[in-house]
Amino acid sequence: MNRAFWLWGILFALWMLLSGELSIDHRLLLGFGLATCTLAVWVALRTGTLDRESVPVHLVGRGVGYLLWLAWEIFRSNLRVARIILAPRLRLDPRIVHFQASQRTDLGRFIYANSITLTPGTVTTGIVGDDFEVHAIVGSEVDGSEENDMNRRVATLEGEGDRRAGGSR
Amino acid sequence: MQTLVDALSGALLAGGAFFLLAGALGMVRLPDVFTRMHAGGMTDTMGAGMVLAGLAVHSLASEHWGVTARLVLILGFLWFTSPIATHAVAKAALSGGVRPFTLDGNGDDARAMAGGEGPAGSATAAKGGASS
Repeated sequence: MNRAFWLWGILFALWMLLSGELSIDHRLLLGFGLATCTLAVWVALRTGTLDRESVPVHLVGRGVGYLLWLAWEIFRSNLRVARIILAPRLRLDPRIVHFQASQRTDLGRFIYANSITLTPGTVTTGIVGDDFEVHAIVGSEVDGSEENDMNRRVATLEGEGDRRAGGSR
Repeated sequence: MQTLVDALSGALLAGGAFFLLAGALGMVRLPDVFTRMHAGGMTDTMGAGMVLAGLAVHSLASEHWGVTARLVLILGFLWFTSPIATHAVAKAALSGGVRPFTLDGNGDDARAMAGGEGPAGSATAAKGGASS
């Protein structure tokens, strides 16, 4: 139920932001916002899609730190790929490599897979259970140490929240 | 103050343009659909990110908080959706039978590039798929 209030709050904040009118004087706009947000949350409640996966508010706190770290990683790997592409002679060694993921939830795996794809130079092409199939542009440079680091960070990101949810599942 | 803002946002915009250009060059230079995805990822993440950051510097300096928030939202949506699109392209190419180009010659593209005894027809088909 707490989750429903979170969703409503986020949706309404988004509505206020995108409507461009950050004042309470605009009654019509405000009314439409209240109505649509309530309707959306009601539909989510009725269809039972309001769970840890669709509204992962429990990740917000630790997510900020992870996003900052990810942005730094994205910057570094961008420089690496730019250097490869702009070099007079292309030094490619593309190949498919495999990683073991240690996340317990689908949401954790989703975050890990997307993080791998977001850092240029590696793209997740398939997931079977814990086995990640990743295409790397220079396979010989991918020794798995950076991915292990990322894997560990995503596992801590989803971490404790799931032990708490263990009972309710 | 205004000069500083202009310089900072100018540098960010120029940096973004650099990564966009590098990504576009990668599209031309790289051999197959899988390696080109990495170049595409560069324009999505760093190119768009730095351009939006450059714009955000301006909107922050002129205290347009709403505009800044919307720029951040754009970047957020882009960073959430683009890996999914990339993954969909990769998966479609793999299940469509495009074999990744590798140096040791597993794959039609490698054989075609090495001057090829590979089936020319399928190699051109794979290339066509990659460039479209």
